Amino acid sequence: MIKKLTLSALVAFGLGTTGALAAGGEAHVEDFDFSFEGPFGAYDVNQLQRGLQIYTEVCSACHGLKFVPIRTLADDGGPSMPEDQVREYAKQFEVFDPELDDFRESTPVDHFPSSSLENAPDLSLMAKKRAGFHGPYGLGINQFFKGIGGPEYIASLLSGYEEAPDCAPEDFPGSYNKVFTAGGIPDSCRDEDGHSTVTGSWIAMAPPLLGDDVEYADGHEADVHHEAADVAAFLMWTAEPKMMARKQAGFAGVVFLTLLAVLLYLTNKRLWASVKYKRED
Amino acid sequence: MSGIPHDHYEPKSGGEKWLASRLPVVGLLYDTLMIPTPKNLNWMWIWGIVLTFCLALQIITGIVLVMHYTPHVDLAFSSVEHIMRNVNGGYMLRYLHANGASLFFVAVYAHIFRGLYYGSYKAPREITWIIGMLIYLLMMATGFMGYVLPWGQMSFWGATVITGLFGAIPFVGESLQTFLLGGPAVDNATLNRFFSLHYLLPFVIAGLVIVHIWAFHTTGNNNPTGVEVRRGSKEEAQKDTLPFWPYFVIKDLFALAVILAVFFAIVGFMPNYLGHPDNYIEANPLATPAHIVPEWYFLPFYAILRAFTSEVWVVQIASFVTGGIIDAKFFGVLAMFGAIAVMALVPWLDTSSVRSGRYRPMFKWWFALLVIDFFALMWLGAMPAEEPYASFSLIASAYWFAYFLVILPLLGVIEKPLPQPATIEEDFDAHYAPKAGGSKTAAKPAQ
Repeated sequence: MIKKLTLSALVAFGLGTTGALAAGGEAHVEDFDFSFEGPFGAYDVNQLQRGLQIYTEVCSACHGLKFVPIRTLADDGGPSMPEDQVREYAKQFEVFDPELDDFRESTPVDHFPSSSLENAPDLSLMAKKRAGFHGPYGLGINQFFKGIGGPEYIASLLSGYEEAPDCAPEDFPGSYNKVFTAGGIPDSCRDEDGHSTVTGSWIAMAPPLLGDDVEYADGHEADVHHEAADVAAFLMWTAEPKMMARKQAGFAGVVFLTLLAVLLYLTNKRLWASVKYKRED
Repeated sequence: MSGIPHDHYEPKSGGEKWLASRLPVVGLLYDTLMIPTPKNLNWMWIWGIVLTFCLALQIITGIVLVMHYTPHVDLAFSSVEHIMRNVNGGYMLRYLHANGASLFFVAVYAHIFRGLYYGSYKAPREITWIIGMLIYLLMMATGFMGYVLPWGQMSFWGATVITGLFGAIPFVGESLQTFLLGGPAVDNATLNRFFSLHYLLPFVIAGLVIVHIWAFHTTGNNNPTGVEVRRGSKEEAQKDTLPFWPYFVIKDLFALAVILAVFFAIVGFMPNYLGHPDNYIEANPLATPAHIVPEWYFLPFYAILRAFTSEVWVVQIASFVTGGIIDAKFFGVLAMFGAIAVMALVPWLDTSSVRSGRYRPMFKWWFALLVIDFFALMWLGAMPAEEPYASFSLIASAYWFAYFLVILPLLGVIEKPLPQPATIEEDFDAHYAPKAGGSKTAAKPAQ
C-alpha cells in the first residue's frame, strides 16, 4: 500500500504534455466516472444534492461531518442550495451552545455534528484520506485526470458488500466487504504463511445501502451503485469544497504564465540575438 | 565586490553623491545586478532564480498562513481545515505552500547536481559550496518541521521516527531526543517548538542565501567549461562575459515562467499529488499507520538510513570494534548524515585538476551513475523494508559513498582529460558561429 511517489516527483514537474493516463488502479477499486475529474471537471449540483440526501437519511445516523459548516451547502461550486432551504435543513441537528449552557437547534453558521457512534469515523475528509488508485506504475500521475480515487474508494466500498466466503465461521463479527482491506480476517481464511485467501476483509459497518434507501426528488435511479456514487461525490465536495475555485485559479495561472513565458522567450531571443549571431563585418 | 574587472556605479547628481557618501546602497545593488556573468551559461544555471523565488513564495504564503493557524495539538488539524474552508483564498495559500516546498527541493537538487557535474564546488568556490550545503540542511530541517504542523498521521509519526534517530546516538541520545521533543514523546511541546523553528529557519536561510550570493559574486560564476573568465583587463573580461542584467535576468525569468506554469498546473489540478493521504487523518498516538513514509525529498537519505541493518558485515565489524556502541540503528544514522557530509566535503575529495565534467571522459559515466543512483535510492526509500529492496538499498548506498570517497579521488589521478577551450569566448563562438563564417556548429547550444 505504498502510495508514496518515488521518481514521480520529478516526472510530475516535467509532466508537460505526456498523457500518462493508462487505466491504473489497484485490485478492486472500481473506476467510477465522476463529473469532477480532470482539470475541467465540475461538481454536478444535482448529484451533490442527492448525495447530501443519502448522507442525511442514512450515513448521519452514525457518522459526522465536523469540519463542514452547514452554511457552505449554499456556496457556489457546491450543492448550491437556496439559503432558506439551508436554514430549514440546519434545524434538524442539535448543537451544544456554551453560552446557553444547553443544546439548541443548529443554524447555518454551525458545523454538521460529529459522529454519534464512537468508532464511526468522521466523513469530512474521507475522500482525501483514502486513495483508490495511484497509477500508472505507482506514479500517481493519473490523478491529474482522475483524482486520487478517494470517491471511487468510498463508492466501491459501499457497493462492495458480498456474501461472506465459505472459509469464515458463521459468527465472525462484522460484514464481509471485498474492497475493505484494513479489517479483520478469520484464521480459517489464511494459508500456512498467514496470507489472506480472500480479497477483502470484515468491516464493522453493516451494509448501509441496500438500494431504494431514499426517494430522490429528481427521480434519479436509486440502486446501490447510483446511491454509492452520489454520496461519494458529496463526500468529495465535503473534503474539497473549493475544488471549482481552485481549478479555475489553476487554469488562469497556467494560461497567464504560458503567455508570460512566450513573451519572455521572445524578449530573450531578441536580447541575445546581437550577442549570439554577431556579423563579421 | 567582484574580482572580474567591470564598470562600477558612479554617482552623478548631487542627491546620488549625497547618498553614496553616507550609504553606498545604490552602488551595492548596481554591482550585484550588473555583475559580469560568463556568457556561455546553459539552462542548468537558472535554478538559482527558481530557488530565490521559492524562498520568497514560502515566506510570504507562510506568513499569511500563520495568521490563521493554531499550533496546539487539539486545534492544529482543525485550524488547517479552517484555512481550507473559511479563509479567503486559504486553500490556495496552503496548496501553494505545501507544493512550494516540493518545487523548492526539485530546484535545489537540480542546482546541487549541476554543481557536482560542472565542478562548481572546486577552488576557489569551496565556501559557496559549503554555505549551499548549510542552506540545504536547513531546508531539510524546515521542510520536516513544516510537515509536522498540520498534525496529521504522517506528521505525528514522521516526527516520532525522525526524532527517534537522535535517540540512537550512544550515551546522550535519549536525553537529546527528550530535549528535542520537549518531553518523552511527540506532543504539544514538540508541535510548539517545531512551529517556532519552522518560522525562524527560513530567515536564517535568507541570510545564508545572501552570503551564498556574496561568495560567488566574489569568485565569479562557474560556467559549463569550467574555464575562468579572463581578468587581465576590462576589455578582456567583456569578451567572456555579459552583465547579469538584462541578459541573464530575462533568460532566468523565462525559465521561471515555464517552471511556474507546470507548478500551477499541479497546484490547480492535483495539489495533493505529492502529499500522503494519511495526513488527512488527524494525528492519533494510539494508531500507527501501516507504512510511515517521509516526504519524497527525504527518500534517498531515508533509504540509506534503512540500508544498514545488523546483517550487513560493515555494521557487524563496526559494532564489534566499538564494543557494541555503534549498533545497526546508530550506524544507519551515521550513514545518513555521512551521505550528506561526503557531499559537503566534495571540494577536497575531487582530485581532478579539470573543473567541468564536460572534459572528463570517465567522470561523465560515473556521474551519470550517481544520478541514477540518487533516483534509485529515492524509489527504494518508498519501498517496504524487505527483500529485494533491502539488498538494492545497500548496493545503492554503497555506490553513493564509493562515488565520493573512492571514485572521485582516484579519477583525478587515472583519468586523461579532454582538451579544454582556452577561453569562454572560444567556447561560446564555437556554438554560435558568426553568420558570415562558413561552419555553423550549433549542435550544442550553450544558451
